[in-house]
Amino acid sequence: MSTSPQTLTTKDVAKVGLLARLALSEADLERMAGELSKIVGFVSMLGELDTADVAPLAHPLDTQNVFRDDVPAASLSTAEALQSAPRHDGECFLVPAVLGESSAA
Amino acid sequence: MSTNTPYTTIIGLEVHVQLMTRTKLFCGCSTKFGGAPNTQVCPTCLGLPGSLPVMNRQAFDLALRAALALECTIAPFTKWDRKNYFYPDLPKGYQISQFDLPFSSDGFLEVVDPKGAFEPRRVGIVRVHLEEDAGKSMHDDAAGTGDTRIDLNRAGTPLCEIVTQPDLRSPQEARAWLNELKLLLVYLGVSDCNMQEGSLRVDANVNLHIPVPATAGAEARIAKTPIVEIKNMNSFRSVERALTYEAARQWEEWQATKAEMGKTPKQTRGWDDPAGITRAQRHKEESSDYRYFPEPDLVPVTVTAERIQSIRGGMGEPPVSLRKTLASQWQISAYDADVLVNQGRELVDYFEDLATRVGEGKVASNWMQQDVLRILNETNGTVSAFPVRPAGLADLIGRVKKGDFDTSRAREIFAEMVTSGRPVDDVVAGMGISAVSDDDVIALCRELLAANPKIVADVKSGKEQAAAGLIGQAKKKNANVNPGKVRAICLDLIREMG
Ligand SMILES: [Zn+2]
Repeated sequence: MSTSPQTLTTKDVAKVGLLARLALSEADLERMAGELSKIVGFVSMLGELDTADVAPLAHPLDTQNVFRDDVPAASLSTAEALQSAPRHDGECFLVPAVLGESSAA
Repeated sequence: MSTNTPYTTIIGLEVHVQLMTRTKLFCGCSTKFGGAPNTQVCPTCLGLPGSLPVMNRQAFDLALRAALALECTIAPFTKWDRKNYFYPDLPKGYQISQFDLPFSSDGFLEVVDPKGAFEPRRVGIVRVHLEEDAGKSMHDDAAGTGDTRIDLNRAGTPLCEIVTQPDLRSPQEARAWLNELKLLLVYLGVSDCNMQEGSLRVDANVNLHIPVPATAGAEARIAKTPIVEIKNMNSFRSVERALTYEAARQWEEWQATKAEMGKTPKQTRGWDDPAGITRAQRHKEESSDYRYFPEPDLVPVTVTAERIQSIRGGMGEPPVSLRKTLASQWQISAYDADVLVNQGRELVDYFEDLATRVGEGKVASNWMQQDVLRILNETNGTVSAFPVRPAGLADLIGRVKKGDFDTSRAREIFAEMVTSGRPVDDVVAGMGISAVSDDDVIALCRELLAANPKIVADVKSGKEQAAAGLIGQAKKKNANVNPGKVRAICLDLIREMG
């Protein structure tokens, strides 16, 4: 398998930036398109290896089946939980208004 | 198909159930419902830097139990992935879920309507996987602060996601199937499936398949309307209503626009229960790009055949086979078995206890359905708190069989047993009812025959129904006599007279 080095456009970077909630200026986009293309190109060297006989690796550690028992442990106090929040009302974290009840999907 | 619409409604469901664990999926915080906001949180479920998740064994085992009950194939190797998106109720900025290697797939759950409202339907299960829940956002418009408040008590709660094939063909079927799924999961102790507390949530995908007749230039074909995902349904009744509304809406839209699937992106609509309509939800165009990648903080899990065997062994009997067991063991109809099983394990246990004591399934089943269930429904009570236990009811039924009282008298006694919580004999004494001895009944009958020569003559001449007049009089003289017995003895005595 061979892969030619990929070039990322400023449009690609803008999309990734949006997904990461980063406000990138035109200059940022130009600079990062170049830098990210180099990174992707570097990683794509892996594509030159023949991996036909290599099993996919789900995790770098050679460990499996790590569990804990279903036993309650101490939680933080509400004050501790909220202490680093930019804004809170003593009970809940406060954020700018969002639409909808929950993101749960 | 029971509908006579000019289209077929195609429905698939996506169900999330909260697993019955004491603690969250990746940390030791309690999953108990109703705690004060942000009292069940720790660095792990708050997503604080440096914290690491560790999988709850009980959550995995319960999910495995659900998957086995749904006849899924269990993957020997499974891993978790990060589903990346930003939302204030998701503190890590990603949800730990399963993407390409869910722990189970390809199962089914059948739903049968005992009254035959629809054909038995086997609904395929695409996959069952294990993931964490998000927190809760609360927005109070009335407060006018413009802030949304976030409570992260729910964040990290273990959820089983169950995705069906688009195999359901009507809103009624969808509702019935959800009832069956809920019954199964509650029976097996996987989830309490309490929708009010958010332990069960349903989204539905629906579209229509519409036969389009051949025209000059084209062959006959099936047109498919764009798939709509419906959210915000908070009861199974809402699911049925929302699907009914949505199918009709799509039919209208099809007639107006002829828009077909694939030409527009999948739409999400929210169910507005008071208004009884679905409304288009704002489409976040980037929302589908979750950039899944393997969760580096969790190691994979392998499941052996032994593990599956041991989970299966401790599962208990699912409703579908319990219905058959009850029907054959106690000689009751499939319909009766269905009614009993659908009420839950506790009621079945009560029934089996009662039937064993009474020594007869049919009588026990009749009392369960006509009396116990009726009172439970009227009083909104639970079986476990029902004041008359199987032993007490068996006592009463035994007395009826002995002929101490007739059924309508027994019903009055039963009602009093329920109200007072006292045993049969106490109630009987308190109500001034006493079992009438056979000698007393015979004496009473002789007295009546002597006082009613006309009736005696009528019966002698072959009009046995005339004896009914004696029963009314007997009841007046002694309210506790068994009318059947009075009738039989009177007829015997008249026959003896020759
Ligand atoms: Zn926690």
